[in-house]
Order: sequence, then structure tokens, then C-alpha cells
Amino acid sequence: MIWDLHTHLTRSLHGQTPAEKAAHLIEVGSRHGIEKFCCYMGVQWTQDPDPEDLTRQNDEILEAVEAHPDQLLGFVYVNPLQLEASIDEIHRCVRDGPMVAVKLWVAKRCSDREIDPIVETAAKLGVAVFQHTWIKSTGNLPGESSPEDLARLATRFPETSFVCGHAGGNWEIGIPSVRDHPNISLGLGGFDPTAGVTEMAVRELGAERVLFGSDAPGRSFASQLAKVTGAQISEADKSLILGKNLQKLLNPAMKARGLSS
Amino acid sequence: MKESTPNLDALTKPFDRRGFLKRSVAAMGASAMSLSGTLASSGREDLGGTVIDTNAYLGVFPYRDLPLGTPFGETGPMERFGEAMAERSLSTWVASFEGLLARDYDQANERLAAMVTSSPEAERQFQAFGALNPKVPGWRETLRRLHNDFRMRGIRLYPGYHGYSLDDPDFASLIEAAAERNLIVQIVVRMEDVRTHPPALSIPDVDPRPLLELLPQIPGVRLQLLNAMRSLSDTLLLARLSILGVRFDIAMLEGMSGIARMMERVPEIQLCYGSYAPFFYPESSALKIEESAPDLDSRNLAAIRSHHAENLLLR
Repeated sequence: MIWDLHTHLTRSLHGQTPAEKAAHLIEVGSRHGIEKFCCYMGVQWTQDPDPEDLTRQNDEILEAVEAHPDQLLGFVYVNPLQLEASIDEIHRCVRDGPMVAVKLWVAKRCSDREIDPIVETAAKLGVAVFQHTWIKSTGNLPGESSPEDLARLATRFPETSFVCGHAGGNWEIGIPSVRDHPNISLGLGGFDPTAGVTEMAVRELGAERVLFGSDAPGRSFASQLAKVTGAQISEADKSLILGKNLQKLLNPAMKARGLSS
Repeated sequence: MKESTPNLDALTKPFDRRGFLKRSVAAMGASAMSLSGTLASSGREDLGGTVIDTNAYLGVFPYRDLPLGTPFGETGPMERFGEAMAERSLSTWVASFEGLLARDYDQANERLAAMVTSSPEAERQFQAFGALNPKVPGWRETLRRLHNDFRMRGIRLYPGYHGYSLDDPDFASLIEAAAERNLIVQIVVRMEDVRTHPPALSIPDVDPRPLLELLPQIPGVRLQLLNAMRSLSDTLLLARLSILGVRFDIAMLEGMSGIARMMERVPEIQLCYGSYAPFFYPESSALKIEESAPDLDSRNLAAIRSHHAENLLLR
């Protein structure tokens, strides 16, 4: 069983509509046996979307999820600089809709307490929060979070599940940054397939806290799957990372929405 | 696309592939085989028999602990890496990580030569590519030694790490000398994502544009850019370089079905298989081929797997 934590519906995909683009994503992903695709943000992204843009992007995901309910799992995209609109979007897409988690990108660093109302809303609904993280040698964007930022947020919300997207990119720093926070899982998608990342993640966090994700179509499914299939870890650990952990993380939200796993 | 038959000595040396794989499978254990079964069920196939891997390394990377790294003088890691490579390629072109930061290239090349001749299996699997720096006096003797004494098939250059650009006259002299010796020249555009360099070792990507002017002046040069596909996005530049005969490799070619999409964008491009193992998981490029295979015709697939690399050897 392979579930992909991290995909998008960007313009490079074939098709005109979000549903058509999702069909292309699913077709190529299925070549590797991927069964479920977590998907978030719209066809065209913005780093600091206004309320109207947030709604547009989430509508595009909703359209794709409606067309491919057995394959796609939507995460609602929110912007901490648009708190009220973000909370409204969580209510619309998660509480009253089919989405199963929350996605935070680069508008504001998540260590900032101003982000808390978003996480409180997610916590009340019992859904996980995916936070993009990087530690760029070339310098992060002003609102771009590091794994250390996420560790601070996770300390404030010990009962909420978080995902550290991209493992911080510089994963030798990202992994120890979240090590002491059992409510943070590590997303393996969206950076080069540098050998050793999965071995270190399993060693330091335990396989139960590591999640396969691709960041397709910007990345190939191939290079990102290789981080798991090529790792010197047990078959049981690979199975957890490729799908079982994500299934466990999302299962409560999926069940509540009548979605089959 | 020109087809060729793989009748080169590099590819026809007696090779006990079955024996190598048998040991490899045993070493991998039942768990890996079970995973292979999972992948096979999604349409996987054995790639090893037809692939030439043009981008791999021996030795130890300066600041990353690579699970398949091969410390000099240790037979276990060397055998493990050889098995991993034999599983996915018939022939693997290797340089030494030592070439990045070494100051004594002759010593580094001697150690690399020793590693690829350390066992009959290694000798059959690996083709060594030496390191040298045209800014270091005496590079012509280093070139002579790696070619005449160590029988290397080519050189792998690191302009970013060695501090020169491709419009440097010394670089032009080196390319000319390599062409006279019929050596393949590989230029490494980057070793890793610029966003993940250690602060004290921030190396910019190599700019290949000077090649457009240089290559027409050096007939017979056989040149490949390695790890170029993440930083080179200019379609016109890729096409112009390809028309001049420059090859690329797929190790850093990204995007969903990325190989097929690149060939749609730049039909002239000549992509070779490259794993960039052990820095990258070797599975990455093998899976990329499979991801793009349904979108490629068989001739293009064969060209990527081996024919473009064979033509480099033949020219």
C-alpha cells in the first residue's frame, strides 16, 4: 500500500480542469502502485493569498476530490496573514466538506503565536496540520518556517498532529530539530533523493513518524519513492513509511467524512 | 537517432552477472526481495542488463555519511556497492569523491584505479574516470598518467569546486588534450542542491554557456554534462548544446514523468542514464525510467539506457 502525502495540481499537468489534471497525476502515480494522493493548493499558487484566492485554490482541490474521491485526499490551504478567512476555509472545506487536513505554506513562520487560532481550529476538528519547512543555505523566505519553528508550534499544541514538510530540506538539521516532539511526523517529499535521509529519520524518530510524499508533479514520484525503497531499513519500516503511517494519521478524519481507506 | 551495437571491450568483458546478482540478492535479504515483489506487481522490470550508468562515485563524500559509500581499502562496502550497481547497470562509470577537494590528483586517481581493479567483479563493472584541475601546473602529466598508466576512459571535472569557469583558456587546453587522447570529458554542473550546501562550502552551479563557442573549435571532443538538469532550464540552451553533441544524464532530471517531458521540450537532447549513486539512492534513476517509459518509444528508451553512452565510447 502506497499513499502519497504530498502532491499538487499545477499547470504542468495535462488537462484544463483540476479534475483532468488530477487524472493525469493519478495515472502516472499509479504506475508505481500509489493508491492515494494527498493534494493541496490550487493550479496557480500564491505565497500570501487573499481571501478570494484562498477560496479559488481550495475550490480547485474540492473539484478534483469530487471527481476522484477514491484516490484524492484534500488538505485545506490557509494563510496565517488572513486569519478570519483561513478559519472560514477550514470550516467550509474540513468541518463541512471532504478535506482531511490543513496545509500551511510560507506566508508566516509558524513559531509566531498569531498562527495559533488556525491550529486551534484544526485541533477542534481533530485534523493534522502540514507545515512546509526548509532550512535553505541560500536563506529562507521571510515567512518560511524551519523545522525548529514547527517544533515551537508543536510544543504549544502537544495533542495536535503535525507534519514537517520536506524534512527541512537540510535533513541532517531538520530531523534532530523535531526529534523531541512525538506529535511531529517527517515528510520525505520535495527534495533530492540524497542517500541516508530515511535511515537517519528511522534511527532518530522511529519509522512510525516518517511519511512518504513526492511533491509531484514538481518532483518525480520515482526519485521520492527511491528514498524509501532504496533505504537500508526493514521491509516492515518501509511499509509503514510508504502508507500505513499516513493512513493511521488521516484515518480519523477520513472516517468522520465517510471516506474509505 | 543512430543505433549502435554494444561491441566494445567495456561491454563485452566476461561478466558473471548471474553470480553477482545471486550474491547481491542474498545480501539484500528477504525483506528487500519482498519489496521487489511489490514493485514488480506495478509493472517493474529488470533494467540491469541494458543500462550503462554514466554517473556514479567511489570513495567517501566529504561531509555526508552515505550508506553505500566505499572507503578506500575496505572490501565489504566495495562489494556491496558493486552488487547494487550490477543490479541496475551492465557498466558503471565511476569517479572518486576524492577528486572534489583533493590537491594531489595523481594520488586520488591511483587510489581510484586500485579500487576498480580490486576484484574481478569490480573490474568488470566499473569504468574509472579520473580527476584533474587545469589550473594546477602539471595537469598534462596527470592526464597522461590517468590515460596511459591507469587506462581510464575519461575525466570528470569539477570547475565549481576547482575554481575556474568554462571560458578559461586552461580549460580549453584541457578539453583539446582530452580530445587528442580520445577521452570522454564529463563536467559536473553541481554536486548537490545549492540550498543544502554547508555554509562554508557554497559552490555555485557551473555555467555551460561558454561551451557554445568552445566546442565547435575542438573537433572530436566527447563531452557530457552531469547533474545539469536541475539548474539548466533554458530550452534553447539545452537544444544548442545537444546539437553540438553534448550529452546529459538523468540523475537530477526532475518532475513527474520528467524524462518524457524533457524529450518533448527538447527533442534533440541526448540523455544518458546516470544514477549519481551513492550520493543519491540508486533506485531513483531506475524508477524514473519506469515512470516515463509508457510515454517514450522503445528507441528513445534504448538510447537513454545505453546507446547514447555507447556512442560516447565509440566516437
